[in-house]
Formats: sequence, structure tokens, C-alpha cells
Amino acid sequence: MRLRTMIAALAASAVLPITGAQATDLEVTHWWTSGGEAAAVAEFAKAFDNDGAGDHWVDGAIAGSGGVARPIMISRITGGDPMGATQFNHGRQAEELVQAGLMRDLTDLADKEGWRDAIGDPKLLDSCTLDGKVYCVPVNIHSWQWLWLNRHVYEDNGLAVPTNWEEFVSTAPALREKGIIPLAMGNQPWQSSGAFNVMAIALTGVDNFLAVNRDKDAEVAAGPAYARLFKAAADARDLRQGSNVQDWNQATSMVITGKAAGQIMGDWAQGEFAVAGKVAGVDYDCLPGLGTNPIVSTDGDAFYFPKLDDPDKSAAQLRLASVMFSKEAQVAFNLKKGSMPIRTDVDLAQANACMKKGIALLKEGKIAPSTNQLLSPDTSGQIEDLMTEFWSSDSMSAEDAQKRYAEIIANAD
Amino acid sequence: MAQYPRPVQLFRNLNAKIAAIPMIVTAVVIFAGGTIWTVVYSFTNSKLLPRVKWVGLDQYERLWSTSRWLISIENLMIYGVCSLIFSLVIGFMLAALLDQKIRFENTFRSIFLFPFALSFIVTGLVWQWILNPDFGVQSVIRELGWESFSFDPLYNPNIVIYGILIAGLWQGTGLIMCLMLAGLRGIDEDVWKAARVDGIPVWKTYLFIIIPMMRPVFITTLVIIASGIVRVYDLVVAQTSGGPGIASEVPAKYVYDKMFLGQNLAQGFAGSTMMLLSVLIVLIPWAYLEFGGKKRV
Amino acid sequence: MDPVRNRVDGGPSGPRPRRRFSRRNIFIYGTLFVVAVYYLLPLYVMIVTSLKGMPEIRLGNIFSPPVEITFEPWVKAWAEACTGLNCDGLSRGFWNSVRITVPSVFLSIAVASVNGYALANWRFRGADIFFTILIFGAFIPYQVMLYPIVIILREIGLYGTLWGLVLVHTIFGMPILTLLFRNYFTSLPEELFKAARVDGAGFWGIYFRIMLPMSLPIFVVAIILQVTGIWNDFLFGVIYTKPDLYPMTVQLNNIVNSVQGVKEYNVNMAATLLTGLVPLVIYFISGKLFVRGIAAGAVKG
Repeated sequence: MRLRTMIAALAASAVLPITGAQATDLEVTHWWTSGGEAAAVAEFAKAFDNDGAGDHWVDGAIAGSGGVARPIMISRITGGDPMGATQFNHGRQAEELVQAGLMRDLTDLADKEGWRDAIGDPKLLDSCTLDGKVYCVPVNIHSWQWLWLNRHVYEDNGLAVPTNWEEFVSTAPALREKGIIPLAMGNQPWQSSGAFNVMAIALTGVDNFLAVNRDKDAEVAAGPAYARLFKAAADARDLRQGSNVQDWNQATSMVITGKAAGQIMGDWAQGEFAVAGKVAGVDYDCLPGLGTNPIVSTDGDAFYFPKLDDPDKSAAQLRLASVMFSKEAQVAFNLKKGSMPIRTDVDLAQANACMKKGIALLKEGKIAPSTNQLLSPDTSGQIEDLMTEFWSSDSMSAEDAQKRYAEIIANAD
Repeated sequence: MAQYPRPVQLFRNLNAKIAAIPMIVTAVVIFAGGTIWTVVYSFTNSKLLPRVKWVGLDQYERLWSTSRWLISIENLMIYGVCSLIFSLVIGFMLAALLDQKIRFENTFRSIFLFPFALSFIVTGLVWQWILNPDFGVQSVIRELGWESFSFDPLYNPNIVIYGILIAGLWQGTGLIMCLMLAGLRGIDEDVWKAARVDGIPVWKTYLFIIIPMMRPVFITTLVIIASGIVRVYDLVVAQTSGGPGIASEVPAKYVYDKMFLGQNLAQGFAGSTMMLLSVLIVLIPWAYLEFGGKKRV
Repeated sequence: MDPVRNRVDGGPSGPRPRRRFSRRNIFIYGTLFVVAVYYLLPLYVMIVTSLKGMPEIRLGNIFSPPVEITFEPWVKAWAEACTGLNCDGLSRGFWNSVRITVPSVFLSIAVASVNGYALANWRFRGADIFFTILIFGAFIPYQVMLYPIVIILREIGLYGTLWGLVLVHTIFGMPILTLLFRNYFTSLPEELFKAARVDGAGFWGIYFRIMLPMSLPIFVVAIILQVTGIWNDFLFGVIYTKPDLYPMTVQLNNIVNSVQGVKEYNVNMAATLLTGLVPLVIYFISGKLFVRGIAAGAVKG
């Protein structure tokens, strides 16, 4: 009965990896595929593989940013074949999946390990919390609020390195004359709306920003403060002329190589500078809140754990959650990623100058929530569409854009 | 085609009906069912997951007041009309040329056809690159000395859709040419002889005799081209991602983005309902002509 | 279905005209040559770029041949390119693509050919309605159907499996293939069918003993269309399966979209060519059969 033994052997080999206590494979999906991001996520994988319980991180990276990856993740979860863990930006992206009961409740683990205390500002856990229960592990704090500048571009052209947005704008014409693009910006929609939101906090202040994005106050959105903002954005639009790239890191690369002078981008850009061997304060500068209104926003990445039937995998999920929140993994991961750790009780002596600026602001409580936490993906999407159109168009006036923006805010849910 | 003698008893056709079950199930459950499901949920406010909470025509009102949707429609129109005309004209011309008893026919045919073997993703990438002003066609021609030469369709919102068209035609015309060539080969040579005897010029023969005779080919071709146009998505994503700005957005991309990125299923469904509706408007007269009234000869 | 290979053109029949450089010939060959350049240019650019090193690409001209030929991009694309933590390039997906393509092509063609046969020769009541719906299906954007199909596959327990994906490919291949097969079978001489009926052959008997043996050309067309379509599919492969079944195109997307530092155009192009190799080879080998197949009946209807 050779056939039967073969089938038995096959069946055994197929079953073994699942039941064998010594190796629990857990598939983790995410969209971190740029150089710095991949290096960071490798730290989590390493920590999980070495957690002593014989776990194994099966990497399910899907390239192309959240836009390509999220539909796949959501289909997998709603299709009833979920992965072990998956990245989302916390906030409202996974809200309905949680409400539909597809995600695992991590409250017990969070209570046991004292997440709330370890996280400096309890507000940071709120975006993982729904009806008092914790559904995700926040792994970092990302701040969008940075202006990245290539110091050499300014020094070589006899200009002072700007310390705020106004100086940045005033030096732009001189750079143009030298054939340098003042502001690099990728063409992807999220970059367009991200840069706008950064300018909103920096130039109109947190109160106005919250009135519009949290309270959905269309009058503020149509008001004078935002009118100034749209004017400034229209000027910035001229500064970005000539940066014909798609990906954010290609835009960052323009700054690194000196083709462009600056870029409005989140702290993840720092990873690219690091990979290119650049030193903060020597080769490049970073201005939180565009230097005008120093602040950090508390965007971030989080991992969700879909409910699984397999008890071994379910147990492994908790171990992974615990590993991701552990001090060691937090430090290792965030140093590579260029983001700030979610817990305040870790030692970050190795952090570079930019990250230290951010941590200092965080300690001072100069923080603003991110739009991911305030707006539904639908509203964000509408704003992205508008901003994409606005940033790339020559004809759309600041007034028109503001009017349409106010309409979106008025109808936001 | 003849009307085959139909067996009187129903059960004698039973095998055929059983064999057609997969088709019937697909047609009814997937295509019709999925379409109805889509239409129904377009009247709700489903977000990430479908749920029944009726909002009437809200989704449609929003759809038609969204400039991105309007631009998408406009782009699809331009792309559709141009693609249809150019595919047919180029496909037919190439086929007619290849049909002149030329040497190297196989070589030429393979050259025209091979792009069809490549996916739209690949097509989009390659053309994105060739049309890139910094190192593609524009820079090469400028290096040759024509400094003011400007050709950057993918970075100019006014003409970006034509940049996509160039790539789309590159990928698709080969197949059309093959279909046309096959059609031309199917024409009896007596037709040509008769036309020559009557002294009808070649171009007139093509236009008034050959093309009308190729009606079936044109129908197959039209279905293939048109279905490709309505669904155009990958090419745009790979080549421009809808940019610059939203200048090269297409409806299928709007639908996908709203459903999965914006997590607003109902809005996506409203968009797809409009797309399907326009397909129906074209398709129903065709089906009527094809199957209705007239008996097949 | 003898492909009418020899047919008269506008000129005299018989041997090729002697004058090679007649105005007519110059026009014909000139046009064909120019058009051929348009079609070949992208392929040329892909090949040339994939053989260059990055420094050379940065210097500029995409049309210039490589100064120094390097196969490193090919090696990297096949075996080393990283997505996230997996650094094994396209090789991961190759066998998956084969495992997906073979059963999908087989099943979709089997189903569609029977459909076409039933529609052409056994026209039962309501057949035209179903056929029309099917053609309508050819126009439905895939994106619209993604969600309903996730639900259907979940309900029948095939979500995330190879067979679920095979089923999806069968469904979406059905409209065009059924159209082609229906047209082909209607073009076959009806006397054959009638004679077989008189001899008492049934539905399957006629299909297997008479229709199938006569249908090689259209099967070739269907196989080519399906291999190309399924091999190149990205969306279904990534939505309806899981990572250990992801086809090669998913890795291609990952390689092309994972920008690590600078875009490595040479690796992208090599990856692109490697992914397209299977359908390309099939096309170049079977180009003649393809046209013959289409000529043999896809065009009558």
C-alpha cells in the first residue's frame, strides 16, 4: 500500500507545522517595504522568532503602501481566512472590522502588562480602544509634522539654512535660480493631503485644526485662518514645480542628493537619510511643525489580531502582541523606523538629534492627534482627491479649493 | 447557420441543459446576482462592510457632484472613442497590409502581437519609462540637438490620457490585427476577382464590399475592445496612478478606490452601477439585433 | 476550417511581382517597418535596460545599448530581490503561477467549450438570455465583483484555496471564451452534426467524437488567451489566495513597488521580462497557430 503510506506521509507533513508545539507559524501582513521600514520590521520578526516559545514570523509584506495592501487584508479577514496579525494605521481604518467582531480583544493582555501606564499619554491608547476594550497594539508614534532640509544645498549657495517655514519660502526664489527645486513632493494622494494637514497645524494652530478635523466645523474651514492656509498652500504648490516623482522616498532621495532643498514628510523620512549615511544637524535638518509651530502629531502604526480558530496560533498571537510591546523590541524597531516608541519608559540614548527633538516635544505635551484618528477613511479619501487635484493643478485657485474643502468638512461623518 | 431540428420532447435536450448548468449558474448567480447585489447596496450607506441602512439616492448625488468622478467619465469617453477608432483602423490597416502576400509575414505578425502577451502592469511600466521626460523620448531627442522639443504626456494634465492611449494601443492592437487578418482570410477570393473585373478600386472594394462582409469579425472585435475599455484600470495604475493630480483617473479606479481605500462600499457601488448601466444601454440594442426579431439565415 | 491561406490581393494572382522596389512595395514594407519599430521599441528598452548597471542607467539615454553587459539584475530579480523580509525574488512565485495557471486554463476551457457547443448546436429555450447576460459579464469591471465573490467563496468554503482561485478564473474567462467557442461551432458544417444525430449520437457523443477532433485551432486560441490572462493576473491572485499561493505577478508588484533607496530600473525590467517570459514564448512559438485558429472560426458568428 505504497500509495496509502504516501498519502499518510503527506497528510502528516501538512499537519505537522500547525500542531507541532515547537513551531507555530504566524503570518503577519504589512506594507513596510522601503529600506528603513523593512529593516525595522525585521527587528520584530527577530524578536518573535526568539521569544522562546518556538514561534515563527511568516512575513506577508505587500508592497505599494496601504492603498494596495489594505484591500487585500480586509478581503482576507472578511473572507474568513485571516492572517495571524496585520498592520493598520490605528484610528478608524479597522473600526468596522472590530465592530463586526472579527478582531481579537487584547484587553486582558494590556491590563496584565500595564500598557496604559507604560504609554505616557493615555490618549495614545484610545485609538486602539473601542467601548473600553483594547483591540490593537500600538507600536510607535509617527509624526507627520516635519520639514526636512538638505543643509548643503543652502550652505553651498550662500544661504542661511531656514529655521521655519517663512524663511524656507523666502529662500526659494534664490534656489530656483540655481536650478534647485525648493520643495520635493511625491504625487501620491496621501502625500498631497498629508503635506496640507501639516501646514494646517503649523500655520493656523492646533485649535483651528481641531475645530475643522475633530468638530467638523465647516465655518472655520471656510474662514479667514484657513483662507491664509490655502493661500500658503498655493504658494507651496509653485515651490514644488518640477518634482515629478511618485513615491515619497523618491522625493526624499531628491532632497538627499541635493536636487531639491526640502520636503514635508513624516519622521519615516529619517530612515532614508540614515540609510544614505547622512547625519542630522550636519547633512540635513529637521524642523518639527515646519519650525513655525513646533509640535508632533501622534499618528502611528498598530497591529491588529484577527480572531483565529486554531488555539496554538491564538496563543502565539498574544505572544506576538507582548513581544511588540516589549521594551527591547520597541527600542530596536523604532530606532530603525525613525519613529518614537509608544512607551516612555525606555532608554533612547541612541536616538539621533531629530528623534530627540520629537521626544522632547512629546514630553512637553505639544501633541496633536492625527487625521487618521479624527476622520473616517471616506472623508480622508475625499480630501485626498481634492488635494491631489489642487497640488497638481495650475488653474485651481486657493479660494475654489477652500470652498470645496469646506463642503467636504460640512458633510463629513 | 441553420435551425437544427429541435427534438420535440423536452427531456431529449436534458444533457445540453445539464452541460449548460455552469454557464447558467455563472450568468445568474455571479453576473446577474452580483450586479443586482451591487445595485441594491448602492442605495445604502455601507462603509467597510455591507449593511442595510437605506439612504436613497444620496450616493448618486454625491457621485455626480464629485469632480473626480466627472473627470473619470470624461477620460473614459476620450479614451474609449480614441481607443475604439484607432484599434479598429490600425488593426484593419495592418491586417490589410499583411494580407498583401508579403515576405516575413510571420515575423511582422509576431512583432505586432507580442505586446498582448504582456500584462497591463508591465505595459504601463515600460511606457511610463519611455515617456518620462527626464530620460525617455524627450531627453533623447533633446540630446540630438532639438532643445525645445517637448513631449511629456504623462506629466501634462491636458494630454495625459493620450499618453495612456499610446500604451493601451501598443498592447491591444496586435490582437485586433489578428482578428481582422483572420476575417480577411475568410473572404472568398472570388469576391476580389469580381471586384477587379468590375474595375472597382481597391480601397472601394475594402470599404464597401469587404468590410460589410466581415460583420461577425467586427462584432467579436467590438466586444473585446469595448469590454477592455470599460474595465481599463491596471494600465492607469501602473502608468500614472491617476496623475498628475487626478487628470488620468478612470471610473474603474474610482470604484476601486472608494470601495477599498475610502472604505465606502456604497459609493463605489453607485459608481459601478452607473458603469453597468451604460454598458446595458449599449448591450440591449445589440442583443435585440442579434437574437430578437430576425431569424438566423 | 481550412484556413484560407492563399488569397488574392488587389494585384494579379500568381507569382510574386518581380519588381522588388515598386512604389507599392516600398509603401507596404516602409509602413510595416515603421510600425514594427513602434512595437519593438519598448521590448528593446526593456532588454537593454535590464542588462545595464545602475550607474550607466543614471547617465541617461535609455535607448543606447549597454556599454558593459551585466546579468546581475536578472539574478537579483529572480532570486534576491526583497519584499519586506523575503529576499528570494520572483522564484517564489514561479511554481505557484504554474500551479494556478494549469488547472485554471484547463477548467475554464473545458467549461467554455461545452457552453459554446450547447449554445451553437443545442439551442434550448432561454439560451440566448443566458448568453446575453454572459456577454454583459464581459463588461463588468473586476473590481465591482471582488466583494460579492469574497462572500460567495467564503460561503462555499473555497476562500483562500487554489480551487477558489481556479473557479474565479473560470468564471471571468467564460464570457469571451464562450463567445469564441459558440462562433466556432456554429461555423462547422451542420451536415456533420445532423448525420451524427441521425446515427443516434447524443450530446456528449457528438461533442467528444465529432466536435473536439475538429476544434484544435480554436482550442489553441483559447489556450493562448487564457494562459496569458491568467499568468498575468495580479488582482485575483492576491485577493483570493494567501501568501504561500501568491503567483509571480504578486512578487513582480512587490519588486517594482518596493523602492529601497533608489528605483532599480534594471531589476524592475529584468523582473518584468522574467514574468512575461512564459506567455511571450508561447506567443512566439504559436503565433501561426493563433491566427489560424482565429481565422478558422472565431470570426464567424
